[in-house]
Amino acid sequence: MTKTVLTVDDSRTIREMLRAALTEAGMNVLQAEDGVHGLEVLDGAMPDVIVTDINMPRMDGFGFIEAVRGSTKHRAIPILVLTTESVDDKKDRARRLGATGWIVKPFDPAKLVNAINRVAA
Amino acid sequence: MDTMAAIKQTFFQECEEQLAELETGLLAIESEEHDTDTINAVFRAVHSIKGGAGAFGLEELVRFAHTFETTLDLVRSGQIQPDAGLLKLMLRSSDILADLVRFSRDGGEMDESRVSQIHEELTRAAQPGGTPAASAAPAAAPSFTPPAAFDAGSDDDDFVPITINFDDILGGGEPAVEEQVFVVSFRPKPELYAKANDAIKLLREIRALGDADVACDISEVPLLTELDPEGAYLSWTIRLGSDVTEAQVREVFEFVEFDCDVSVTAEPKVDPNFEFVPAPVAETREPVPALADDGPLIPESVLAKIAQVNAEPAKASPAAAANQAQPAQQAQTTIRVDLDRVDRLIDLVGELVINQSMLSQRVTEAGIARLSEVAVGLDDLEQLTREIQDSVMAIRAQPVRPIFQRMSRVVREVADMVGKSVRLVTEGENCEVDKTVIERLADPLTHMIRNAVDHGLEKPEDRIKAGKPEQGVVRMTAAHRSGRVIIEVSDDGAGINRARVKEIAIKRGVIEPGVPLSDSEIDDLIFAPGFSTASTVSDVSGRGVGMDVVKRSIQALGGRISISSKPGQGTTFTLSLPLTLAVLDGMVVTVAGQTLVVPLTAIVETLQPKGPEVHGLGERAKVIAIRGSFIPLIDVGYKLGYRYEEADPLNSVAIMVESENRAQSALMVDGIIGQQQVVIKSLETNYGQVFGVAAATILGDGRVAVILDVDAIVAGNRS
Repeated sequence: MTKTVLTVDDSRTIREMLRAALTEAGMNVLQAEDGVHGLEVLDGAMPDVIVTDINMPRMDGFGFIEAVRGSTKHRAIPILVLTTESVDDKKDRARRLGATGWIVKPFDPAKLVNAINRVAA
Repeated sequence: MDTMAAIKQTFFQECEEQLAELETGLLAIESEEHDTDTINAVFRAVHSIKGGAGAFGLEELVRFAHTFETTLDLVRSGQIQPDAGLLKLMLRSSDILADLVRFSRDGGEMDESRVSQIHEELTRAAQPGGTPAASAAPAAAPSFTPPAAFDAGSDDDDFVPITINFDDILGGGEPAVEEQVFVVSFRPKPELYAKANDAIKLLREIRALGDADVACDISEVPLLTELDPEGAYLSWTIRLGSDVTEAQVREVFEFVEFDCDVSVTAEPKVDPNFEFVPAPVAETREPVPALADDGPLIPESVLAKIAQVNAEPAKASPAAAANQAQPAQQAQTTIRVDLDRVDRLIDLVGELVINQSMLSQRVTEAGIARLSEVAVGLDDLEQLTREIQDSVMAIRAQPVRPIFQRMSRVVREVADMVGKSVRLVTEGENCEVDKTVIERLADPLTHMIRNAVDHGLEKPEDRIKAGKPEQGVVRMTAAHRSGRVIIEVSDDGAGINRARVKEIAIKRGVIEPGVPLSDSEIDDLIFAPGFSTASTVSDVSGRGVGMDVVKRSIQALGGRISISSKPGQGTTFTLSLPLTLAVLDGMVVTVAGQTLVVPLTAIVETLQPKGPEVHGLGERAKVIAIRGSFIPLIDVGYKLGYRYEEADPLNSVAIMVESENRAQSALMVDGIIGQQQVVIKSLETNYGQVFGVAAATILGDGRVAVILDVDAIVAGNRS
């Protein structure tokens, strides 16, 4: 079954990269440019996996994870955080808030797709 | 274009937006109108550029952005205060960053020494307690591993690129270690499920590593009545025979290590000479056939309960969802549209406007009563058409902000160069103008700003002497006024030195000595070609362009420029520009039975030549004497080949036009019909360039009228 992935990142460049990698792997891609927008997209969609950035305007990744986990409809969706391994406190915070896993940057397409397949139902 | 190239283009577009954001933010911090959001936005802008640049292997850009980001992060966390010196450094850094982006995009040579100098200053500023001058020893340049083609960093404070051998993680590649047996005991906590991880996925991953025997312990599952649907009651013991390393087994639990009890132990190597007993636990465990076909690991009844619990509160969710959606509606919702499509739409709407006015005219001609339903309906149509036209024009309209922002850099650079302290104040950045107008404004505005800083403002010592603050102010404002955009560039300098302007004008032969001139006429002299009041050719001016060129380019946009100056108080240049280039204010005239349109911006005045004023000059040429000067008379009909003999000036109307080099000429036409706004239709796309014709339009009666290229006609007369 085709997987649908919601990518949340304020950088258009990164969003496009995620899209290229995921489409290449035969996945459907939904995009949002920050946490608030992500929640708006979720209002009408049920992606299999969410990939989110941390540092974003309006609502950052932490707030977004918290909101998704607090939503009855979407709380079971796996969430992967785009992060840098060297910064453990961010990873920790994301995990405490309910992140399913993380993608260590710099990432490459194969690794991204693999991580998604790992957590997706 | 392949995908990566397209994404790279997106990256550069995004960079431009980030750079604008960065500069706005820094300027806001400078003017102390900022909050934490501003600093965050500034940080994010640099961070984003770095992230994207890393993905494309733009090392130099990454390196500089990284250092810049480090400094910004210290400001963000309050560890260093953005004082004036640091802000200046950061503004210069943003200029360097902009240059690096542009050079990465367009190629070319970057001034290495400038980059490394700023880089060094930033590094120093980022050192604990470091001020730009504190430490002489520059910190070691951050080492940077060139990223792979598709790497992307986009978040986090610390950027330490790491190289990961993915084969290690996936268990591919490395031919390995001998086969051995691992005993994995795995007991998930409820948190594991709460974070959308799933035991079955992990078990599958383990099984993918080798030969696995999985035993599920269901002894802790309580009675259904006591079961917490969000609890975790199952645990597993896995015997895995595989050639992977222990680390690779642990890697499976990477995401969940804190949300479960997991242990991985390697059994002592079995001597191959001994018989290998595959699964001693097999005899004591409960068989779990379900796993073999990926069936449910949790009893159906439990799943049903979970489903029920999940479903119930879901009914209450619309309200919550509405709450979430509300702030989202404030989100800027934009789409990117190819400019060609917009232009095509504008073109079509132009046709619609023409068609509508033709229809109105026909209806009037047909003698239909003004209050008849047809006429009333047509009135509505007219109003609607105008609205559509306005809305469509608005699509091409863009705020002047980006160009205003660019000017702050110009001010900084020129001020540095001439040793003045200058503050740029901008107002009305949200004022919208046609995209093309904005693009073509960049050069003239740059020049005006340079002039304002270089010539307009006095030297700091002179300002202090005059009792003014040492820092000069250049003000740039934009506003809509009666269907046009008014942009003003003003300085609080000494104003035009009229005596000196006059002296130079006489010296350069622009005016005759002894001609009485009003103050505003003297001020206008600076628009004369080749005029420059700078006594020395500085780095800044002396680039071969003067205010005459500025005036020409503004006129080419259908705009006007004027100057006003008060001694000791400063000078103001006022630009009046059309909102769009798709329509034009024109004077409709007739020549030899043809209807022509003369752009209103070119026209100075119109008059009826009288006998004594017209003089012959040589064989054919005629001039007209107006207020003591002789102005060439040009018969438009003859020039354009509408007639073979020149018309009698006394039966014509002379339209005085000002063209290149402020030269005035009088265009002879047969009559004036009136003033009208016309929709510009390009002839060049379908026909080619025609002498003396700038474009065409369709008038209300359906006739095509050409729009005169005044400059070409005047120039053609001279040659």
